[in-house]
Amino acid sequence: MLLRKKQNKSYSLIFDYLIEKSFLIISITSLLILFAIMLFLIKEGIPLFKDVGIFDFIFGKEWYPVSDNIRLGIFPLIISSIYITILASIIAIPISLATAIYIAEISKGKVKEIIKSLIEIIASIPSVVIGFLGMVVVAPFLIKNFNINSGLNLLNASLLLAFTAIPTITSISEDAISSIPMSLKEASFALGANKWQTVVRIVIPASLSGIWTAIILGISRIIGETMIVLMVAGGAAVIPKSIFDPVRPLTSNVAAEMAEAAVGGIHYRALFAIGIILFIITFIFNITADYLSNKYKFKNK
Amino acid sequence: MNYKINVKNVSFYYGENHVLKEINLTVEKNSVAALIGPSGCGKSTFLRCINRMNDIIPGTKMTGEILIDEDSIYSHNYDVTTLRRRVGMVFQKSNPFPQSIYDNIAYGLKIKGIKDKYDIESTVEKSLKSTALWDEVKDRLNKSAMSLSGGQQQRLCIARTIAVQPEVILMDEPASALDPISTQKIEELIQELKKNYTIVIVTHNMQQAARVSDYTAFFYLGELIEMDRTEIIFTKPGNILTENYVTGKFG
Repeated sequence: MLLRKKQNKSYSLIFDYLIEKSFLIISITSLLILFAIMLFLIKEGIPLFKDVGIFDFIFGKEWYPVSDNIRLGIFPLIISSIYITILASIIAIPISLATAIYIAEISKGKVKEIIKSLIEIIASIPSVVIGFLGMVVVAPFLIKNFNINSGLNLLNASLLLAFTAIPTITSISEDAISSIPMSLKEASFALGANKWQTVVRIVIPASLSGIWTAIILGISRIIGETMIVLMVAGGAAVIPKSIFDPVRPLTSNVAAEMAEAAVGGIHYRALFAIGIILFIITFIFNITADYLSNKYKFKNK
Repeated sequence: MNYKINVKNVSFYYGENHVLKEINLTVEKNSVAALIGPSGCGKSTFLRCINRMNDIIPGTKMTGEILIDEDSIYSHNYDVTTLRRRVGMVFQKSNPFPQSIYDNIAYGLKIKGIKDKYDIESTVEKSLKSTALWDEVKDRLNKSAMSLSGGQQQRLCIARTIAVQPEVILMDEPASALDPISTQKIEELIQELKKNYTIVIVTHNMQQAARVSDYTAFFYLGELIEMDRTEIIFTKPGNILTENYVTGKFG
């Protein structure tokens, strides 16, 4: 009897051990795959810099990858990405935060549930469908109202990207705002604050860490989005002078040209180098997100 | 007739639940009134009626009338934010804002519309001094309030409450989560504050009620069983329920 109990115990210990190790192996595998992707990116992209200097590559103003006189300067592409990201963020962040505050602090019952699920539905629309909407709805609208030749431009792409980032920013900041304990709000009310003062001066500052994470993740999403910009940004590799000029961000450039670039050729290497640049940008963004969200977290000590 | 708080026929409902039944009582100006009774007897709910804190809980209903001085605080034209400035509240669990010590106290003044920096600074200092916290925190006013100990946090919450110069202070078991030394500090503070404020305190601890209060009200199952001078409640109460409770026969 006693012996059997002991055996059971050792079996369960072995079982625990196996479970623990298999989870470890699974998580290491995914890390390894990610690492392999990174290595592959570097291996394919870095040889470019034997032919083109890093400085010329990043700051060159002309992108002619298939002409007789090949010029591989991605500066217009970087500027396109930056402009689109800034414009889309300017549109998306205020709308998302207002929506998050509305859901978390103002709306009640059914309305709250409906808005929350609507936001989730927006998040689940495939980006190709949003791009399609941009081509057939937003573009004609812009042409009609702003007296321009083409509706496929910086503004159109930014509007649609903002639309894709809104669910991300909204739902994460809503979680952050909702997690503020009732006791803090009560303390504010008990001092004679009204609802608005409580939200602006207590709830939002206290949830700033989560709101920062939400914003940075939303912006990462905007930077990385490919299909929409491929469809509606216009695709011209020039530095835009107005929000109605067509642009060609880094992501859509890679997507559009990868199929036609000869494997191992200089064009092919350049596209991988763009991948490296994108990787670095998103990496910096995620690090910043971590840093900001920790900075605004009020620790106990 | 020097009543600060006058409660007339107050009943309170959580949905269908009748949690306070026809409460009538008065609290004298510059006195400490303790509300005692077993858990769930409605004493905290009653306390939250006095600054209309229950307004923010959906599905609740109150009938009856509460007067602060001569003002009927539940009448339609009485502004709830004005009321809460007159009737401050300290909660069971200390709840400082996750901001600096200074900002915690300045908050109430800023929302009141006080902009003068010198004015705010001197009030912050005065409030911290009157809660005996000044010497402990004067060198780190810009540090997070979360870095204070539990007892210090609770005194900060009291300082924050008195900074807006209320007339009445409600305390909902303010020392229940504190160690004996911090509790003693809070109790001494209550004696000190009574000179300028009228205080209503909910407590589970009968020794505490006996030590700090002038009047004691005993609540049981949503009813006010009796209220009298504290020494009478603890020595010769009028009701057998009160006697059984204060002598520890149930509770």
